[in-house]
Amino acid sequence: MSDSPTATAEAKLPKDIAAEKGMVNVQIDGVWHQFPKGTRMIEACRAVKKDVPYYCYHPKLSVPGNCRMCMVQMGMPPRPAPGQEPTRDENGYEPIGWMPRPAISCANTVAENMGIRTTGELVEKCREGVMEFLLINHPLDCPICDQAGECRLQEQSVGFGRGVSRFVDMKVKKPKNVDIGPRIRLDDERCIMCSRCIRFMDEVAGDPVLGFTQRGTHTTLTVHPGRLLDHNYSLNTADICPVGALTSNDFRFQMRVWFLKETPSIDVNCGTGCNITIHTRGNTIHRITPRQNNEVNSNWMPDSHRLNFHYIDGETRLAEPLIKENGTHRAATWPEALTNTAAALAKYAPSEIAIIASARMTNEELFLIRALAGKLGTAALAVVPRKGENDGLLIAADRNPNTTGAKLILSSEDPSAPLASIREGVRSGTVKALLVFGEDLTTEAGFTADDLAKPEFIASIQLLAGPTANASHVVLPGAAFAEKRGSMVNLSGRLQRLNRAIEPPAQARDDWEILRDLAGGTQNLIEEVFKDIASTVTEFNGLTLSKIGHQGTVITETGYEIPLLKNEGVRKAAGIING
Amino acid sequence: MPTIKLTRPKLDAGEKIYFGALIKGFFLTMKHAVKSLRGKSYGAEGLASSGLGVTMQFPEQRWDSHMPEYYRGAPTLVTDEQGRERCVSCQLCEFICPPKAIKITPSEIPSDDKWAKVEKRPLEFDIDMIRCIYCGMCEEVCPEQAIYLRKDYLITGTTRQAMVHDKKKLYEIGGVRVGLVNKWNELK
Repeated sequence: MSDSPTATAEAKLPKDIAAEKGMVNVQIDGVWHQFPKGTRMIEACRAVKKDVPYYCYHPKLSVPGNCRMCMVQMGMPPRPAPGQEPTRDENGYEPIGWMPRPAISCANTVAENMGIRTTGELVEKCREGVMEFLLINHPLDCPICDQAGECRLQEQSVGFGRGVSRFVDMKVKKPKNVDIGPRIRLDDERCIMCSRCIRFMDEVAGDPVLGFTQRGTHTTLTVHPGRLLDHNYSLNTADICPVGALTSNDFRFQMRVWFLKETPSIDVNCGTGCNITIHTRGNTIHRITPRQNNEVNSNWMPDSHRLNFHYIDGETRLAEPLIKENGTHRAATWPEALTNTAAALAKYAPSEIAIIASARMTNEELFLIRALAGKLGTAALAVVPRKGENDGLLIAADRNPNTTGAKLILSSEDPSAPLASIREGVRSGTVKALLVFGEDLTTEAGFTADDLAKPEFIASIQLLAGPTANASHVVLPGAAFAEKRGSMVNLSGRLQRLNRAIEPPAQARDDWEILRDLAGGTQNLIEEVFKDIASTVTEFNGLTLSKIGHQGTVITETGYEIPLLKNEGVRKAAGIING
Repeated sequence: MPTIKLTRPKLDAGEKIYFGALIKGFFLTMKHAVKSLRGKSYGAEGLASSGLGVTMQFPEQRWDSHMPEYYRGAPTLVTDEQGRERCVSCQLCEFICPPKAIKITPSEIPSDDKWAKVEKRPLEFDIDMIRCIYCGMCEEVCPEQAIYLRKDYLITGTTRQAMVHDKKKLYEIGGVRVGLVNKWNELK
């Protein structure tokens, strides 16, 4: 080992070797490690798999050190008397003088020749004591508490608690089932005063509406008088709440968490592409939570995006192919619908056909649409732009999740540019056949119901019943974002992967399969489509769908910066958070 | 794979003939036949026999009064002396149920309900009695003393649907159970 001192007298001391690299030597549970200067003790312990329990600490928030659960025993070398040379053992480390009292590991940073003990009688007694205090007033709500199953208090009570209560007095009563905001429910009795939610609303969301009132065991979490916890990021407080004090109204009493299957995927409501976990049981989505990706969404996501999944099993969901006959739709089989479309399209000249795709589609789907356009010989191919307001945190102004991907796949600087001419073509009657993929044209695309009545033939891949599906001569039911596998490129050029959490309902099919059949492709797996992209589009060279990984891969530089990450970078540089 | 060689037992001449054992068995059978005709079968009383041997003439005669206290029959839901449905739909029984017989749809108790402070109760609670194996794990796991195995064992139906006990049926069989821990009362 090059880092360990040699036997020669001139050997460098471990502290000097570490200092050259900006590191310090720390002994954790008897083993010496090196960590960068300024590392928090708790992070150091976690890095070497010596887990320290904690409630209030969160790597993305400031450190108040108020839960006292992360206490460890700490020691430093005794300070030598004036003129005395410090003694060193054969490896060059000074002996550690263990402090008789514990220290919290979240708010202290490591130092040279420090010793940390994460086990031992002192530490275990401390944890047991902290747990006992926390449980004194905690109600026995577990059977009705939505947090049960992912509750830190439950887990650590089993791991570090004493198992039996010695408390004989009455528990303190606090407000229960408090309506503090449109999406969040507060139960003050369950609160353990970790203040994570308060810090989140203050530091990340920038809307400090939460705070503590009263003192001691009567400390109560409340929302500012006259205000509500109605910020668009309020549900993140329910995610970081280690207990069931803050719970989601949307997920309230829907399903116990231990039944839920977790599928890592990405959000498709804006160009940021927040990483998400889709929680499902059977073929039902019960909730969506953010998944950590420090290059995209940190640990957070907006409420408006995470709650936008109920349409998937809504009443307007299309579940079988439809063919219009004499003005009304009838259910059809897939071969029928596809041959019907192909036969109808064969009647028109390439210049009479236009394709409107969506930048909400995956790269694979857009690639197949490009192939389809090539097969039909039409150059009229556009995606629908979708603009909104940038909220200064995670929601991007571009509400299409795959604009960058559409640019790359369709090799166009502005894939939405031909839309205006297609719209004009439809109105003037030069576009006689219209293919619509994944868009309702009466919204962002600017078509009216009258416009949609003009083309002689419309075939569309639709998710929900609506004006476009109604006007279509052939309706092909597609898959929602949680039902597909595929990839998208977010605004900062990161290629990310969607994974299938549930199956499409009834006859509905994966969009890429519909497009493959329309384009006459021969791919059997979505991986093969991606392989074709990788060999055609430069940015995707050498990649496969599985190589993308759950954290994504940067494939192009766009210069776009996610505002929330910028804020986080500033706080990290200032040493407020660990990051 | 290790091979174990088994040696056949050596039979003596009497065993090889086996006729002696046949006669021995015949007499044993006859002994019991006579005993049963005289109504003196061993254990007939304890097994509630109909008088002929130890056989109970089901369904004219029933086990019901002979069942032990710990008999595990159909799982049911109970209410307590205050008329509160004890189940809070925590779904632990659904989770533990080995044959996946239980299906619960949780719901919130409306705020104008007398027991609104309990917050949660089942909207639907189905136990598929075709699947149920009467293991009693649901009763054991229940943190609210809400589900009990009763002595009902004659669960029959002509359709699969008829074999599913819904919430109404479960409370009907379960009835009221007194002397349970009432943690939701004054302390909440």
